[in-house]
Amino acid sequence: MSTDLVIFFLLASLAVVTALAMLFSSNAVYAALFLILNFATVAVFYLLLSAPFIALAQVTVYAGAIMVLFLFVIMLLGAERTGRTPSIWWLQPLALGLGLVLLVEALYFVFSQRGALPTGGTPSAAFGGPTMIGATLFNQYLLPFEVTSILLLTAMIGAIVLSRRKT
Amino acid sequence: MLPVAYYVGLSAILFTIGALGVLIRRNSIVIFMSVELMLNAANLAFVAFARAYEAISGQIFVFFVMTVAAAEVAVGLALIVAIFNTKQSIDVDQMNSMKG
Repeated sequence: MSTDLVIFFLLASLAVVTALAMLFSSNAVYAALFLILNFATVAVFYLLLSAPFIALAQVTVYAGAIMVLFLFVIMLLGAERTGRTPSIWWLQPLALGLGLVLLVEALYFVFSQRGALPTGGTPSAAFGGPTMIGATLFNQYLLPFEVTSILLLTAMIGAIVLSRRKT
Repeated sequence: MLPVAYYVGLSAILFTIGALGVLIRRNSIVIFMSVELMLNAANLAFVAFARAYEAISGQIFVFFVMTVAAAEVAVGLALIVAIFNTKQSIDVDQMNSMKG
């Protein structure tokens, strides 16, 4: 149990540090790279929570495809450095205060309800594997899966229309 | 397995950092990345609860959230490129007029 705890806190501190580094780095390319590191850390959490399919989808879709798209747009626009001076001076202190309130509220809620939360047994070896995910996806969730394909088609058409040259 | 409250607590911390990023940063690409961080924090809570309740539906929902995030990023980045082409800036403070 204690090795689990040590691994959890190492990975959790890595995730929080990379997220904070993304928040405070002034160069957008560094922010994107820190976010990739954060996604990889969360993928390890998924592996620990017996979700191997989701972990690999996280690495390929999120850390791979989506972040490559981000880096591509950042370098295409040449917009990695922008001014960090907000036009409203009280915006940052207000945001920090509200963020602190949100954090304290959420943590208080989670840890005050921890007695009511389930502890979780040991699931079967197939839990979260591609076989189980695929069987559930194509039987119980077939209609949402098909709707997802229409969503992706719409997004593709939207991106093409938006980036088309005006004639 | 560790108590699920640990994972949900970490998810809450990551979500708060993402929300702070949306509020503080002025670069619209970094704001977009903060939204991705918030989606990712929600996914972590989903997977933790799926493990705790031994319900595979939580992981299926994470799959759908990833798909929606991919669609959102494709359209959003196209919007950012279009805005940059007209205003030569992606600072959200500059985006204060429509059709301009």
